[in-house]
Amino acid sequence: MNLSNALPTLLGIAWLLPLASFVLIVFFGKHMGSHGKGAAYVACGAIITAFVLSAIALFGWLGEHPLSAKQHNAATERGELAKSSAEGVAPTEEPAAPPAYYSGDWYSLVEVGKLKITIGWYIDALTVAMFCMVTLIASCIHVYATGYMHDELHDVTDHEVHLSDGHHLVRPGRFHQFFQYLSLFCFSMLGLVISGNLAMTFVFWELVGICSYFLIGFYFERKSASTAANKAFIVNRVGDFGFIIGLMALFGAVGTFAYGDTKDADGKLLARGLFSEMRSPENAYRLTPPDGMVKSAASEKVGEIVQDHRQMGGDVAAQSEITSEMRDWRSDGWGYGLLVVAGLGIFCGCVGKSAQFPLQVWLPDAMEGPTPVSALVHSATMVAAGVYLVGRCFPLFTQEVLLVIAYVGCITLFIAATIAIVAVDIKRVLAYSTVSQLGYMMLSLGVGGWIAGLFHLFTHAFFKSLLFMCSGSVIHACHTNDMRKMGGLLKKMPYTGYTMLVGCLAIIGTGIPFVAGFSGYYSKDSIIAQALSFTNHNPVHRVLFIAAAGGASMTAFYMFRLWYMTFIGKPKDHQVYEHAHESPKVMWIPLVILAVFAFGIGWPMWGLTNLLEQARPAGTLETVKGAVIWPSLEHPSEELSHTDMAIHVPASIIAFSTALAGFLLATVFYAWRLLNPEEVRQQFSRLYQFLWHKWYFDELYNVIFVQPVLFVSRRVSDFDKKVIDRFIDGCALAVRGISTIDDAIDRWFVDGLVNWVASAIHSTGLSLRRVQTGRLRQYVMLIIVGTVALFILITFFRSSWAG
Amino acid sequence: MNLLAEPIGVSHYLVVGAVLFVCGAVCMATKRNALGVLMGIELVLNGANLNFIAFGSRVLHADGQASIGLDGQLIALFVIVLAAAEAAVALAITLNFYNNHSTVDVDRADELKG
Repeated sequence: MNLSNALPTLLGIAWLLPLASFVLIVFFGKHMGSHGKGAAYVACGAIITAFVLSAIALFGWLGEHPLSAKQHNAATERGELAKSSAEGVAPTEEPAAPPAYYSGDWYSLVEVGKLKITIGWYIDALTVAMFCMVTLIASCIHVYATGYMHDELHDVTDHEVHLSDGHHLVRPGRFHQFFQYLSLFCFSMLGLVISGNLAMTFVFWELVGICSYFLIGFYFERKSASTAANKAFIVNRVGDFGFIIGLMALFGAVGTFAYGDTKDADGKLLARGLFSEMRSPENAYRLTPPDGMVKSAASEKVGEIVQDHRQMGGDVAAQSEITSEMRDWRSDGWGYGLLVVAGLGIFCGCVGKSAQFPLQVWLPDAMEGPTPVSALVHSATMVAAGVYLVGRCFPLFTQEVLLVIAYVGCITLFIAATIAIVAVDIKRVLAYSTVSQLGYMMLSLGVGGWIAGLFHLFTHAFFKSLLFMCSGSVIHACHTNDMRKMGGLLKKMPYTGYTMLVGCLAIIGTGIPFVAGFSGYYSKDSIIAQALSFTNHNPVHRVLFIAAAGGASMTAFYMFRLWYMTFIGKPKDHQVYEHAHESPKVMWIPLVILAVFAFGIGWPMWGLTNLLEQARPAGTLETVKGAVIWPSLEHPSEELSHTDMAIHVPASIIAFSTALAGFLLATVFYAWRLLNPEEVRQQFSRLYQFLWHKWYFDELYNVIFVQPVLFVSRRVSDFDKKVIDRFIDGCALAVRGISTIDDAIDRWFVDGLVNWVASAIHSTGLSLRRVQTGRLRQYVMLIIVGTVALFILITFFRSSWAG
Repeated sequence: MNLLAEPIGVSHYLVVGAVLFVCGAVCMATKRNALGVLMGIELVLNGANLNFIAFGSRVLHADGQASIGLDGQLIALFVIVLAAAEAAVALAITLNFYNNHSTVDVDRADELKG
């Protein structure tokens, strides 16, 4: 079996296994084991098998496409390349070529005209890597959740829900339901990753959204949880609206949703996919508006030409003239705006899912879900989906769109990092940290660091899931989220404490510059290097680099603030401290596994970046100059940030020193206690309040969107009640009046007439009855009288007629 | 037209028939005795018969040609037969009535009234 058959089969099964588990648990979940405990085994089994299949697929992939020998961090090569670029010669890169991929369709849902919606696959190195990452992390989280959700096996008393009689809510446990949702979540995410066209991507995009809705609202009896679930869903809708616009712009102009080309069995090109429409080989894989976009932008001119030729009678001539005009139109910039709209639209969806500015408000509230969910949502699945989609659709983004992406990422990372500094809820610190790291990824993608951004997605997935699960372990032990009540837990919970330390070190990018470090060191370094490389070429956008570097120091500060407050120092709340205990094995073993990955997944020897490099969209490795709308904009080649020592060295040093500064500051505040955080807080109480209220975003949205909507809806409701309802009531009254009259007419007139006729006939009958006396003589009399009368009458009439 | 001044013709027979008929009819209407009523019926029928005979008679026509031949006489015979049959049936009913009610007063026979 060759790879083009094996990969879709393997990954397809890996994708459908969680669905099977979901279906099984839906129907039989309650009866699996005692109190549905078996559901956990089904779900874990499915996802672990999926991981094994993904790993086999990865090895199969590597067998066919071995990693290139070129290692970015290999010192010798770097030197050579740096020299060549210093001499003003463009770096010798391998010629641009589309990445190796396999695409096809499993099942065609709809085929109407141009519209073709299929369930298909698009598998390249990124897909395979994502599959392994998602299934591995999901496996760890599933196992961890079997321990974490243990309480749900029996009736649960929810202490946060107060009933009207003063008691707490007691409800049956929802253990199996939790695993049912998790399975569906994994299925949706894997479907999103494997999908071969944008329509399918969108379907799974929404499925991921609905799963997060279920999971965030898992404790839906709590008002905060149901509100958070609603908020997440509604805010995501805002983004998805843009996504749909982007989809329509793409489909309307290009006429296909498929990513890859469609080829027949002999490898002959049947139809082009989106990627090669945007970056065709004839055009050296440079991003140009595809013919469809140019035509729809210049539709008036096309119409004129067709009209002209129709009068002269030649459609073929019209076609050839359009083709010849096309080049002029394209160079005049026709269709470019549509491309920008499509790119911005797709990015809108990513802004919603990945909680970027200005839609970042839902993610911290999503902490209302159980912690394993937070770990999954925040590391490998939902929020990663946004970054993944930006990475996947990278070939479609023009430079202007990339600049928007970069700025959105930059703003997001800064806002979220500042809020994380003052947050005291252990999970919310991590949530803001996620938002901030997602900002990093977006920033990186926006400045042209395709590898750097996705690399950070992978490393971040591991250490963020680790951090979340550690925090879950802490919450499990302390029964509180408030870091101010913790402290000194390291002795009580060594596994959690030390694995979390690994996570913290990884996320701040600890490492010895140029030698080695935690996985976050590599990814964050390459992001900062790319940002620096970008700002060197575009000094106007210096803020992008400053934010990235400053964000690194804030990351270090708030992560160690969290760690110190939780694990070091004197216990602040003795009740909490006495109660705390290390979590069971089933919970800390996944922590250790993830800690190992968080430590080492970024190491160059594993070649993760090389693997990703295989999936790099064609034509994105070169330096791109001069956008249409912003001619001075230049996106430097990502290669430069590794090879050019003038960028790589300062970037590394800056990243390291800012992180170190943040780390030291946190140590000074919270470990050595040389400075009292309380005093600083009072010193900057204005700023503190501002950050404490999360930059007043929720309040702002409340004023801008919620209140006006409420106002309008109240007016509309008034209108409804006072005008429409009254009108309807009036109509009803009138109809009732009419019907009463009608009833009266019916009763008195029609019925009366009928009754009168009936009674008249009745009384006639009655009176005639008296004639029937039974007296023979009388009858005879009547006969005679009648005869005589008839005789007289006839005689009379006869004479009158005759006369 | 004066009947008394004219020779005997059909009209004179008709007058006698009418008188007979009226006598029979009055008899039927006034007699309470069922047998009396039956007699009245006989008178009425005979009044009618007299008419048939008169119209059927050749002698009574001025031109000596009877327009209907022997039809009148035949119908009169027919009526006599019918009258006999009817009288037999009516007598049977009367006898039965008498058995049940010990009377032949027709005014008592009002059990069939509506």
